[in-house]
Amino acid sequence: MDFGPYLLLASMEGAVQAAVLALMALGLSLVFGVMRVVNIAHGEFFMLGAVLAWWFTSLVGGHPAFGFALALIGAPLIVGLVAVAADLLVLKRLDYDPERTIVATIGLLYIIQQLALEFYGPDARPVAAPFSWRIDLPWFGYSGYKLFVIAAAVVIMLGVWALLTRTRIGLVMRATQFDSETAQAFGIPVGRVYTMVFGLGAMLAALAAVLIVPIQQAHYLMGGDPLLLSFIVVIIGGLGSLRGTVVAAVLIGMSDGIISVFFSPTLAKILATLLVALVLVYRPTGLFGTRTA
Amino acid sequence: MLELRAIDCFYGRVQVLRGLSLEARAGEVLCLLGRNGAGKTTTLKAIMGLVPPRAGAIILNGEAISGLPAHQVPRRGVGYVPQGRRLFAELTVAENLEIGLMTRGKGAAVRDRVLDIFPHLRQRLRQQAGTLSGGEQQMLALARALCLEPSVLLLDEPTEGLQPSMIAQIREVIGAMRETGVATLLVEQRVDAVLAIADRVAFIENGRNRRTVAAAELRDDPALVHAYVGVGSI
Repeated sequence: MDFGPYLLLASMEGAVQAAVLALMALGLSLVFGVMRVVNIAHGEFFMLGAVLAWWFTSLVGGHPAFGFALALIGAPLIVGLVAVAADLLVLKRLDYDPERTIVATIGLLYIIQQLALEFYGPDARPVAAPFSWRIDLPWFGYSGYKLFVIAAAVVIMLGVWALLTRTRIGLVMRATQFDSETAQAFGIPVGRVYTMVFGLGAMLAALAAVLIVPIQQAHYLMGGDPLLLSFIVVIIGGLGSLRGTVVAAVLIGMSDGIISVFFSPTLAKILATLLVALVLVYRPTGLFGTRTA
Repeated sequence: MLELRAIDCFYGRVQVLRGLSLEARAGEVLCLLGRNGAGKTTTLKAIMGLVPPRAGAIILNGEAISGLPAHQVPRRGVGYVPQGRRLFAELTVAENLEIGLMTRGKGAAVRDRVLDIFPHLRQRLRQQAGTLSGGEQQMLALARALCLEPSVLLLDEPTEGLQPSMIAQIREVIGAMRETGVATLLVEQRVDAVLAIADRVAFIENGRNRRTVAAAELRDDPALVHAYVGVGSI
C-alpha cells in the first residue's frame, strides 16, 4: 500500500480512538470539574460497561443488533447506578475531600476489577458488531461499524453539550462547578448534583466501552490504558474544561492511532506522556484551562 | 420575623460566634457593625446554613431553620448577597438571574419586576457576569437575590469598593425593599453608610452582639459608635 492510503487508514483508526477517548475523558473531566474528585476508578467503569455489554449481548439471540441495542441502553444504566451507589456510600461520607477520594477511588478500582475477575473471568470475549457492512475504498475496505462509532460519539458529545448549556440541570451543574457554596445559597442541592454528575461521568465511560467492545473485546483488565489516556487528555485540555477535553482527545487519539500504525503503540504512549510533562511545565492549566485547580 | 437565639459557630475548632443573638423585623434595616473578624459575615453564613451553628437556634417566621440543609434555607425566602458578590462569573447575566428565579420557582413576572428595578441589566442579559463592571456586578448580585422575592434579605458589604452614584442606587433599592416589608440584615464597615440607611444597629464584637441600638440614637450621640467600633475603622 502507498503512503497516502496508509496514512488515511491510520487516521481513520486514530479517529475511532479519539472518539471513544473523548467520551471517556469527558466523563472524567465532568466529575473533576464539578466535584473536584479525581476518579481513579473511571477506567473500571469503562471495563464494567464492556463486560456488561458482553453479558447483555449473550442474553439475546437472533440478529446481533438486538443485543447491541440492549447493551447500549442497559450497560450505561447499570454502571451509572453502581457509580451513584459508590457516591452515596463512599464519596459523600468522605465529604468529597480531594485527597481521601483519590484513595477511595483506588480502592473502588480494585473492588470492581476483582469482582469482574470473579464473576466474568480472565478471558477476553468478543461482542458481535450490530452490523457488518464494509465501505470499499479504492485502496482498502473499511469497517462501517468503526465509522458508526465516530458518529455515535459525536452525537453523544453534542448531547452532553446541549444538556450542559441548554437545560436547567446543566445550568445547575455549571453553577455548582463554579461556586458550590453560593449555589447552595440559591437552593441548589449540591449533594444531589454531585451524585448525578458522578453517575453521568460513569455512564459516559460505559457508553464509550459499549461502542468499542465490538472492535476490542471485553477483558477485566481493559480499564488501565483508557484511564491513563483519559488523564493525559484531561490534563492537556485543561482540568474541568470540556472544550479542552474534546480538543485534546482528538489530538491524543489521532496521534495515538497514527503513531501506533506507523511505529508502535508504546511509542505513542511515550510521546503522549512526554506531551503531558511539557504541558505541565509550560502551561500548567492546560491548553484551555482558565484557572489552576 | 428572623431571630437568632444565642448561636455558637465554629470554623473547625475555632469558635467565631459566642452566644450571638439578634432579631430582624419586617420592614426594617438592621445593620451589623463591627471590626474585621468580629463575626458579621459568619452570622450571615450561619443564617444561610453554610456555617451551621453548634448551639442555639435560628427562627424564621416561627420555624427553626438552623437544622435545615443549606439549600433549604433560601427556599424559605432568604435572599443572600454574599461578600465579594460571588456571582457565577462564567455564566451570563440571564443565567445568574435564572438561578435566583429557580430557587423558589419564580417565573417571568418576577424577572421583569427585578429587571425594572435594574434596567441597566436588561441590556446585558447575554453578557458573561464576570465581564460586567464592579457596580453592575453588585447590581446583578442584588438582582439575583431579589429574584427569590425574599422576605429576609442578607447583604454583606454591598457597597464595598463602589463609586458614590452606585452606592446611592443600592441604598435606594434597600429603602424600597424596606417599604415592601422585607426584613434586611446589612453588614457594613462604614459608619456613615450605616447611619444613612439603618433603623437599628447591632454592634458585633468577638462573636457576640454587644448591644442593639436605634440608629436615631447613634445619630444624636456619635460617641456611642466610637465606644464599640473604635476610631480606626471609621
